[in-house]
Amino acid sequence: MPYFGSEEMVKELKRALSNPNVQADRLRYKNYITKVIRYMTQGLDVSALFMDMVKASATVDIAQKKLVYLYMCTYASDKPDLALLAINTLRKDCADPNPMVRGLALRNMCNFRMPGMTEYIEQPIVAGLRDKASYVRRVAVLGCAKMHSLQPNTDIDGTIVNELYALLRDPDPVVVVNCLRALEEILKDEGGVVINKPIAHHLLNRMKDLDSWAQSEVLTFLLRYRPRSDDELFDILSLLDSFLQSAHAHVAVATLRLFLQLASAHPAVQADALLCTSAPLLATCGAASRELRFAGLCHVQQVMRSQPGLFGTHYKRFFCGYSEPTYIKFRKMEILVELVNDENVALVLEELRSYCTDVSPELAQAAIAAIGRIAQTYSEKCLDILTGLLALKQDHITSAVIQMFRDLVWFCPQSTAAVCQTVEACVDSPQDSEALLWLLGEHGDQISSAPYVMEGYIDGLKTELSSAVKMELLTASVKMFLCRPAETQDMLGRLLHYCIEEESDVCVRDRALLCYRLLQRGVEETRKVVTGPKSDPSMSVLTGRQEEPISQWASTFNTLGPLSGCDLCPQTAVISAADQPSSSAEKELLPESTDVTLSSPDDTEEEISLSLGPPLSHETFEKMWLDLEILQRQTMGFPRPRTALDTLQAALQLVKIQTLAFTPGATVPWKAYIYTRSTGTLILAELLQGDQHAPGIDESLVVSVKQQPVNQHAIRGFVSILKGVLQTLNVDSS
Amino acid sequence: MISQIFILSSKGDHLIYKDYHIIMKHFRGEASKDSINVFYEMVTALSGDQTPVVMSHKDLHFIHVRQGGLYWVASTKTNPSPFTIIEFLNRLAALTKDYCGSLSEKSVRMNFALIYELLDEMVDFGYIQTTSTDILKNFIQTEAVSSKPFSLFDLSNVGLFGAETQQSKVAPSVAASRPIMSSRGEQSGKNEIFVDVIERLSVVIGSKGVLMKSDIQGEIRIKCFLPTSSEMRIGLNEELSIGKSQQKGYSSAVRVDECRFHQAVKLDEFDTFRILKVCPSQGEQTVMQYQLCDELPCAPPFQLFPSVQKDYVNRVLIFLKLRCDLPPKSMSQELSSPDQTAELQPKNKALLWEIPRFPGGAQLSALFKVDVPGLSSASLLEVGPVSMSFELAKQTCSGLQIRFLRLAPTQTGLSQRWVRYVTHSDSYTIRI
Repeated sequence: MPYFGSEEMVKELKRALSNPNVQADRLRYKNYITKVIRYMTQGLDVSALFMDMVKASATVDIAQKKLVYLYMCTYASDKPDLALLAINTLRKDCADPNPMVRGLALRNMCNFRMPGMTEYIEQPIVAGLRDKASYVRRVAVLGCAKMHSLQPNTDIDGTIVNELYALLRDPDPVVVVNCLRALEEILKDEGGVVINKPIAHHLLNRMKDLDSWAQSEVLTFLLRYRPRSDDELFDILSLLDSFLQSAHAHVAVATLRLFLQLASAHPAVQADALLCTSAPLLATCGAASRELRFAGLCHVQQVMRSQPGLFGTHYKRFFCGYSEPTYIKFRKMEILVELVNDENVALVLEELRSYCTDVSPELAQAAIAAIGRIAQTYSEKCLDILTGLLALKQDHITSAVIQMFRDLVWFCPQSTAAVCQTVEACVDSPQDSEALLWLLGEHGDQISSAPYVMEGYIDGLKTELSSAVKMELLTASVKMFLCRPAETQDMLGRLLHYCIEEESDVCVRDRALLCYRLLQRGVEETRKVVTGPKSDPSMSVLTGRQEEPISQWASTFNTLGPLSGCDLCPQTAVISAADQPSSSAEKELLPESTDVTLSSPDDTEEEISLSLGPPLSHETFEKMWLDLEILQRQTMGFPRPRTALDTLQAALQLVKIQTLAFTPGATVPWKAYIYTRSTGTLILAELLQGDQHAPGIDESLVVSVKQQPVNQHAIRGFVSILKGVLQTLNVDSS
Repeated sequence: MISQIFILSSKGDHLIYKDYHIIMKHFRGEASKDSINVFYEMVTALSGDQTPVVMSHKDLHFIHVRQGGLYWVASTKTNPSPFTIIEFLNRLAALTKDYCGSLSEKSVRMNFALIYELLDEMVDFGYIQTTSTDILKNFIQTEAVSSKPFSLFDLSNVGLFGAETQQSKVAPSVAASRPIMSSRGEQSGKNEIFVDVIERLSVVIGSKGVLMKSDIQGEIRIKCFLPTSSEMRIGLNEELSIGKSQQKGYSSAVRVDECRFHQAVKLDEFDTFRILKVCPSQGEQTVMQYQLCDELPCAPPFQLFPSVQKDYVNRVLIFLKLRCDLPPKSMSQELSSPDQTAELQPKNKALLWEIPRFPGGAQLSALFKVDVPGLSSASLLEVGPVSMSFELAKQTCSGLQIRFLRLAPTQTGLSQRWVRYVTHSDSYTIRI
């Protein structure tokens, strides 16, 4: 450790500790020992003093003993030979008449992490399990687990396991819980401690004697118990009912999780439990400890995935406090967006509006995004607020607002006119925003000043750094040319000239060439290619509120998952709205053919043709998916391609399979929903990787197919085409 | 299951480090200590407010809380209940405060042997054993080294009655911040018990003075220095009603929306007489938590009358008139203006106006002139909100009172009982 002069210090301490004068003076001696521990904590290597410290352990002063034991536990694995010297003292202490000394010695002896300890500790542990002092029994029970962890690969000692199971009936509550913990560790490879009916009922009856920590732990152990009958189930639930309202948040939440799991077949019971726990959950959201607040908020969010209305009346609890840290404010805003309803929308919006002028740009932008999401339901009120914000002429605010406008137009076409009017009024100063260009291009016919704004961009092209903006500008200009040719022709010419002749970025240059050649083929041809759908209101169904079944999140409830944001449950992401219009150009330029015909490699005599047909809305897909039966489920035998998801989507498009939605790249389980049409039938399919319910085949992709009307021939064809595409991609990426 | 527990100072010094569960051979001592440094790098990589409560490094998850300016961290390899870990860390900090008297880097440094001893009894092999002072006191041998009565007025601690120490009827604010185990020592004879009613107020007042949100989170907290515990009866207002549905009386019915009690509280006399029966153990504990939303029985304690105007080209005039609506004391006091300070904080884009004392019924005003380059009329919309933080002694906004405090007659020796009320501003925001 990088402490200057550490060796000197250790030498000095060694001199002092071995000085007989110091040893005679108990206070001075203890002071030096304290010093050693202090250095140890700071990270200094004081293992050289081990011999002196072993000597110091032979004392009647328990406080000093504890310090020395702490030292020995830390360094025992470095100095196993010297540590053996200490064992004699420890074993003598294990037979001390004072139970505190016995417990202390036993606990620390078990903490020595060095090989060969087992033979020394086994006998004291077995004796400790039968000690009359509960303190010693507690230590001994955990000692069994420690002993097992010293030699993890040895066979499990059946007598100890039986003894531990017997000790579950111990009068001391901590011994009971420690037994559960020790058994769980020892039997880890066999699936942990077995909770059968007598044990479960015994634990339930002891719940009241336990302290809150033990209660929440026992509740977690009870998760693996399945009641035999409904009567038993309801007996258990009524026994635990009072714990839902516990003053300790961790007990209330653990009880709720148990309720949700046990009553998974009784939605009404689940709803009641959620209602009961909403009070303690809300209380944690306002707790003094901000960390606890955060945990509370994260779990409220989980509950709201199934019961968005549960906290609707308590919306004021989620208003941000002035001094709260940003991570809490973000969560609160997310929750506010979810719980908006007709009654509270005005006040929630007013509150969010006040965050938009926050000093922190991130917070302000998040608040604007929140308003933007509410706008998908309550567009009028939100548009007023967003428009008002533009007047502030703050760059970070304006660009966030414009992005919200773009999303709004995409999701709610009915608000297009209002947005265009606002954009018209505000865009006198060009913003560095792709969103604005997209709006101008897509709805140029409704924004009278659009060509002039765009001209500003084209004039400033030489100083523009982002190639994404340039590409967006190209697409937008072409679209604008189609609807207002007279005003746009000249500047489009300049733009194309610049991008083709002077631009160094290959992508921009290619896009410019593409536009140029398209225009060469005539206006009608260009229109067919460039103009995609202007909006897709059905998309908002997936981004909007959907009541998920409780089972979706119950398994991660009260774990670190909701807090850390990783290992989240699958969340279907929607293909970004902005990608759609600009990428439609490339897709259409693929080799001209309405139907792709592929011969399946397995059955050569069967030929199948797929076609895209009219796009399927998300609602229709969802409805059909829920109504139809799975006709075929097949394991592909290989994982999903490691390529980017865009590539996968494009490749599927090539063979006329449309991707509806997929989960983002790294999530497990990974899912994608696809559909296609073939000779009069509609085929829906789900690709799934890493299914929790079937752990054996988690590396392989599973495809489930549904169809209407049924046509087995088409399904076989579809699966083989899909297989072909995925395999090709797999080969490419490896 | 907890793998390590450590306490770091804000500068990253290791104050306490205990590791419970590192599998031997795979990790040597140094390697496992590295995880502290990994944690500290992660926690300082993000600016102050951003650090998430849970962070992961490889398969190790760090969960931390900040208390007393220190990082209290637990690391684990399993996926435990975050509530349990966070509440445990908070409890550890509270116990440290109980045993050391106060919570600061200094007190932790001075009492590290005591804290190791505590941790040793509280957690074994990564499993929480007990956190009750009743049990712990039998095992803790080390005596606390108490630092000098702390001078810094720490906002996170409840500094009570800071101004009125000279009156003999009131306990000095530091009275409750001493180690609970100062046994056999000098000033041990004091058998004191403090019962505090603490309310946190969070209020949003809209731009036109409309009360948009008002919310009280309250608790009754006992800090007990009695060596032996015996039953204590705490009488609350008899007219206290609980729940929204209950009919409200005409006058001063004190009401809370809901309340929750510590599991050791006996409630057999609560329904009829509003009496809590509890055997307090040494140290600090919360016996009752309650909350009240929206309908406050009294007006919010402070009213602000702001006006924002554009003066010259680039100057904003902000005129703030602040009125305290609490009942005035017997003799109204003139506000001593020299103690007030105002400061412009360009980093936070904020104006800080500090008022040391503010008697009830008084009124204060201030005029700020701020030069803003490139001011437009729209920028005036960006002024605000005003956020106030304050502490009201002897005051509860819900009106909850403690009628009496009776200790069982078996109690030997003289015991002093203190009841204290305080209201904090959790978040008191006034829009302009």
